[in-house]
Amino acid sequence: MTDAVAVPLLEARDIVKHYRVGGLLGQKIVHALDVVSLSVATRETVAVVGESGCGKSTLGRCLVALEEPTSGILFLRGAPSRSILSIEPLRFRRDVQIVFQDPYASLNPRRTIGQSLDDPLRVHRMGNRVERREQAEQLMLRVGLQQRHLDRYPHELSGGQRQRVAIARALAPGPSLIVCDEAVSSLDVSVQAQIINLLRDIQKQTGVAYVFITHNLHLVKRFAQRIVVMYLGQIVEEGTTEEMTARFLHPYSAALFAAAPKLWRGGVRPRATPPIGGDVPSPFAPPSGCRFHTRCPIAQDSCRTVEPSLRQVAGRTVRCHLAE
Amino acid sequence: MSGLSLFWQRYRRNRPAVGGLVVLGLVVLAAAFGPLAYGIDPFDMAGRPSTLPSARFPLGTDVSGRDILAGLLAGARVSLLIGIAASLTATLIGSAVGATAGYVGGWLDAILMRVTDFFLTIPSFVFAVLIVAIFRPSVAVITLAIAAVSWPSVARLARAEFVSQRHREYVSACRAMGMGHLEIMLRQILPNALPPVVVIGSLTVASAILAEAGLSFLGLGDPNIVSWGYMIGVARTVLRTAWWMSAIPGVTILVTVLAINLVGEGLNEALNPRMRPR
Amino acid sequence: MSPLLAVKGLTVDYHGMHNAERAVDGVSFSIARGETLALVGESGSGKSTIAHALMRLIPRGAGSVSSGSIAFEGQDLLALPEAAMRAVRGGRIAMVFQDPMMALNPVHRVGRQIAESLLAHGKATPRTAIDRAIELLTLVGVPAPEKRARQYPHNLSGGMRQRVMIAIALAGDPALLIADEPTTALDVTVQAQVLAEIAAIKSRLGMAMLLITHDLAVVSETADRVIVMYAGRMVEEGNVEGVFSRPAHPYTRGLLEATDWEGAASDRMREIPGSVPNQGEMPPGCAFAPRCAIATERCRIERPSVERALHGGGVSCFAAGSPS
Repeated sequence: MTDAVAVPLLEARDIVKHYRVGGLLGQKIVHALDVVSLSVATRETVAVVGESGCGKSTLGRCLVALEEPTSGILFLRGAPSRSILSIEPLRFRRDVQIVFQDPYASLNPRRTIGQSLDDPLRVHRMGNRVERREQAEQLMLRVGLQQRHLDRYPHELSGGQRQRVAIARALAPGPSLIVCDEAVSSLDVSVQAQIINLLRDIQKQTGVAYVFITHNLHLVKRFAQRIVVMYLGQIVEEGTTEEMTARFLHPYSAALFAAAPKLWRGGVRPRATPPIGGDVPSPFAPPSGCRFHTRCPIAQDSCRTVEPSLRQVAGRTVRCHLAE
Repeated sequence: MSGLSLFWQRYRRNRPAVGGLVVLGLVVLAAAFGPLAYGIDPFDMAGRPSTLPSARFPLGTDVSGRDILAGLLAGARVSLLIGIAASLTATLIGSAVGATAGYVGGWLDAILMRVTDFFLTIPSFVFAVLIVAIFRPSVAVITLAIAAVSWPSVARLARAEFVSQRHREYVSACRAMGMGHLEIMLRQILPNALPPVVVIGSLTVASAILAEAGLSFLGLGDPNIVSWGYMIGVARTVLRTAWWMSAIPGVTILVTVLAINLVGEGLNEALNPRMRPR
Repeated sequence: MSPLLAVKGLTVDYHGMHNAERAVDGVSFSIARGETLALVGESGSGKSTIAHALMRLIPRGAGSVSSGSIAFEGQDLLALPEAAMRAVRGGRIAMVFQDPMMALNPVHRVGRQIAESLLAHGKATPRTAIDRAIELLTLVGVPAPEKRARQYPHNLSGGMRQRVMIAIALAGDPALLIADEPTTALDVTVQAQVLAEIAAIKSRLGMAMLLITHDLAVVSETADRVIVMYAGRMVEEGNVEGVFSRPAHPYTRGLLEATDWEGAASDRMREIPGSVPNQGEMPPGCAFAPRCAIATERCRIERPSVERALHGGGVSCFAAGSPS
């Protein structure tokens, strides 16, 4: 059992991220993240789901300090990331890693696989050239590739193989947490299963935690212990997978999971729920009050004017006036 | 297939480029071994002035009786030397400026690019003349003057490449693993930015040779060396009567510059292969 | 009643740099009026190539139909002169692509683009074209269609653009709509809307649809019949219920298990080992044999032909019907 007072592995507190877009005339501000808090424990898999403009990718980049939040603090094992990064940056970089969506874009096309794997080993000074080569070979085996692939270039590998390389590269410094930003979304469906199994095996062996950013909701149910649902830069619901899938408290979470097409393999055909209407509003102009009210089937007057805050309901966090 | 043989296979497809490479190879050989093999001092007024090609003087003599072939061979050395040195210097400076501007961005980018633009607006040949006129004409000064007017184009190109690469995901991945900025610029981005820079560098050799020829023609060349431009300049007065004295070095310049341009195009296609075959 | 579309032995080769690549190998199928047939497969399966071949959109230098026939409403499409084919293309057979930004002209207003299609296929006069375009926008579920018709593609959201593309397709009064991954690039909730709208339009107009996708869940919710493609060959076909509940081909089984995130029994997903063979490295016998758990010697040497499957459709497998 987890110690209730234990310091979380990674904690994001009240993260806000604004982007300024546009030139001299008509500069606009995009509220990519609007006061988002998240914590991840060791060995945990937290899934972050949402549609375009929800801010999940921005959140992922903030968690690995690729982006500096406009305000808010990130804590790694209780220490503020800002101080770690200014004093001993490699300590943060060793502990928190990221795997991106596009396996071709995330590998340098002009470097061999071996060179790309050597990069993190060299940056973190993990041995001399011979020792690093050995470690690279071990990493390849760990992700299900062969050593001969070390001398290949990315374009000679398939998408699934490239993603395995990206995972190997993320594992190289021995992180405690890996952010997977749509890490399987660009892969063939049969390959997705392979990579998910691989990630799971690695978690069993090393105890690494994952923040799994995805739009594939069914995958999330199998893979994650906790689910965080985001909409237009805010968290709208968060809870354990078990509780959430039994009953969603936020109308958007319910709509999102209902909208995902379900694989039907015989038996009684599930009744199709009518989808909610409207488009995802532009992040440049989020609706007033509750940001979801323009598409919400149960919106009331208060929803249009008052922005709901996150509150605890039935053991989880929800941002809705009407949830109970 | 190794990188080199793959490169050659792609280069080979461009016939004119292969031809250019052959011609350029001949020029390089002539420059390297010619003066030694031929053995005649181009400044030596060994023969009667303005003679047509003969057994003793395969390309004739100029207005002062100097062997034209000797001048051609010596000029080859000078032109290639200055061309390559100037181009190399321009490429190094331009790459450094462009890479820094492109990678760092922000105010540094703005300042560096304004400086680059300033140099670009000055008519390059006039500027080179100015520099050479201020300092004594010598091989070093000429090389530096040409480099000074050639680096801005390289800088713009390098900046464009670095700007486009710095947002790529592999760069983000390197930042996420804690790689330092200098290492990212040199080890990660540079190999990707190199092909167009190499191409523009090779084309700069051609323009450098032309610039040197122009400077020498005007009499601003190094007085201690014979170059192709100098030979044309010297033959200026007898253009109507002894046209071959200007034409021979002129054609040599033309052929060399053309060959370099073809090679540059060939390099471009070999290093940046188009996705679909022709 | 004769089928709307009957494809027999379709073989498409691409003229690669060194040699020809067989993208589609001897595929036969038919579509009845008003039916939705799904073409399912992963990358390299040839499903998109089939769509392009049907519309004769394969660039002449890049590839060609090497053999086979395509009979549509009694006509052999492959034998038609280009002028006649142009009348069919966008007219009786219309196509919708994955990325609307690629298919729509960014500098023309969307109303005009729909009108162009109407005029090209003689469905309206210059006077009536815009009104008819607005009608079509209403049909595809675009709110405030008069306003939208005057907007440019970049003013619209992804879902709206896709609807515009469908409107353009419908302008020619098609009997068959080919939809190539029509919702893959859309958000989940928008995907659900668009799929529902297409289904409604389909039944209202009595239109048949060829749906090309990699998403088995979408197939199970929207299609009547399905064809499973692997490495350019058809491995199984039949009605969706039969194929998905009693898959006959090991690849179909593997694909279903790898994507059945909900229903999978154990913690690990069932994987299909290995990866799709490159066109140049096709094994002599069954294309799937190298990855198949129940492959025999015969499978490796001999290409299986289409046999009757238990569910009533067809399957190309010597071991079909054997327990996996």
